[in-house]
Amino acid sequence: MHIIAFLLRRAVQAVIVMFVISLIGFSIQDNLGDPLRELVGQSVSEAERDLMREDMGLNDPFLSQYARFLGHAVQGDLGNSYFFKRPAIAVIMDKFPATFELVLGSVLIFLTVSIPAGIYCAIHRNSWLTRFIMSASILGISVPVFLTAIFMVWIFGVELGWLPAYGRGATYELPWGWDTGFLTLDGLKHLILPCVTLSSIMLPLFIRLIRAEMMEAMGTDYVRFARAKGLSTTRVRYVHAFRNTLLPVVTVGGLMIGTLIAYTILTETVFQWPGMGFLFLEAVNRVDTPLIIAYIIVVGLIFVIVNTMVDFIYTLINPMVKLPGAKA
Amino acid sequence: MALLEVTDLHVAFPRGKHHEVEALRGVSLSLKKGERLGIVGESGAGKSMLAFAILNLIAEPGRVSQGAIRFDGQNLLEMSEHDIRGIRGNRISMIFQDPMVTLNPVLTIGTQMVETLKAHRKISTHEARRLSIEKLKLVAIPSAESRLDAYPHELSGGLRQRVVIAIALLTDPEIIIADEPTTALDVTIQAEIMALILQLCRDRDMALILITHDLGVVAEVTERLMIMYAGLCVEEGPTQRIINAPTHPYSNGLLKALPQNSERGQDLYQIPGSMPPITALPSGCAYHPRCEFATERCHVSAPDLVNGIACFHPLKADAKAPA
Repeated sequence: MHIIAFLLRRAVQAVIVMFVISLIGFSIQDNLGDPLRELVGQSVSEAERDLMREDMGLNDPFLSQYARFLGHAVQGDLGNSYFFKRPAIAVIMDKFPATFELVLGSVLIFLTVSIPAGIYCAIHRNSWLTRFIMSASILGISVPVFLTAIFMVWIFGVELGWLPAYGRGATYELPWGWDTGFLTLDGLKHLILPCVTLSSIMLPLFIRLIRAEMMEAMGTDYVRFARAKGLSTTRVRYVHAFRNTLLPVVTVGGLMIGTLIAYTILTETVFQWPGMGFLFLEAVNRVDTPLIIAYIIVVGLIFVIVNTMVDFIYTLINPMVKLPGAKA
Repeated sequence: MALLEVTDLHVAFPRGKHHEVEALRGVSLSLKKGERLGIVGESGAGKSMLAFAILNLIAEPGRVSQGAIRFDGQNLLEMSEHDIRGIRGNRISMIFQDPMVTLNPVLTIGTQMVETLKAHRKISTHEARRLSIEKLKLVAIPSAESRLDAYPHELSGGLRQRVVIAIALLTDPEIIIADEPTTALDVTIQAEIMALILQLCRDRDMALILITHDLGVVAEVTERLMIMYAGLCVEEGPTQRIINAPTHPYSNGLLKALPQNSERGQDLYQIPGSMPPITALPSGCAYHPRCEFATERCHVSAPDLVNGIACFHPLKADAKAPA
């Protein structure tokens, strides 16, 4: 029962957050220049332009424009993209699988690398491999992602020629219209460089976070007590110490997924990845206002959903936090 | 023959690249079956270090550098990690100081009990739970069955310490090492917990090593007493004898510092100065800078523990703490 109560509360919060996001997104519109300049050619006269402005409602007061926008938005209509002449939301959803798979790939990479690496560095504090990982992670934090991306393209794409550095390659269409790159060899090859690049933002931070948390847990009394009970080293490390490092890792991880989505814009641009981030940058260049607003709202929605999921997972792994509304 | 015999135990910690400092500087003790031994001293004397050393649980980078720990005829220091695990928490159990941090916050009481049994016995989960409930009842935890699925934070400090004691009892150990088991508890709970430990030891003929700085508790619970100072045992003997007639000036000082041994209306006695850190031990007898009886000889050489006393100027039996 309390799960439903929790989800209901979060849904109400999400509506408020989305309302604010839509307001911010929509108020950008007035500051992005004249949409008509992008819409029509130079031959259209000023009188005709005025007529079109009136027709599109661009001369109405801000609030009535916003109310109209909101009225359409709740029905899933975020306006037509000026450039694509199609519903903005449909244009974005076409690109969603590409971005989703890019993020998923990076999350898989940094989880499978950072957890073992962080635990290893916490247990073997003075080994040469630990020193190497810790130094490399400092380097990783310091190098900006677009530089990593360019180096990746240069080394693995151009010089060595091992991996494609452009686009998604061959994709396979799943029954519900989702193009996936995970099911073809070519698609997987195309995923490697962008995913590694994107994960390089999170990876060093996560290794250091997991190492620090794991070291702290290993020094606690309950871990000592677990050893004094005669438990095996494996059980002490993974059941007693690692379980406790999960709490901060999940919290930070949830926040970082937002950062990851923001960085898809850079990554997708360098790798010409046909995803939402690349689309967004094109939309900005074309002053395609409906598309820009739609992107902001979709990304805002993703944030809200991810954060709700993280909070939910947190309550599952931390017995000291109960879902709101649950009996103590 | 003694059940547990510690001989000349040294524990060292590295200092810098090539040097080491000793936290324990040659401690010996022996414990018979069912015997209750108290270890008393100020913070930093090495009491807890001794307890952890017995189970080979000294935290890195510390190590036992010398000595022998014989338990039931085997030298624990020569055993493999795998073999000593069969003794830890099985034949020798520990009770820690602060129950608020001894239990893992993300695991249920039941999990933490069952895993202990499963580490030492071939036993089904069902049977392990049944035994756990039995032990929870033994330490007088109300509605024991429902506590198995509770998390530590749902229990009060006193109840948590009872759970820790129940965990220590799970495998019916021969020795329990209790490291200041009541220090972190409310005064009202302290007596209850101490009475429980004493009763359990008596009923089950378990040996107890009680580490504390509370001489009152030691007098009630233990039969033999060891006073530690700066990594050494300075006095050792029957508890009543030492409490009534301490011979080491340090033991005498500790007893004089008890509030009930001060006269009403007068300032409470305290031993001047404080325990030196192990990195800056004075020459000779480590206690001499604080000792009112110290002579030239105490500056130069350190006394050995002879007949339960390590002092060049032991007090006469009649020069005991003022009552």
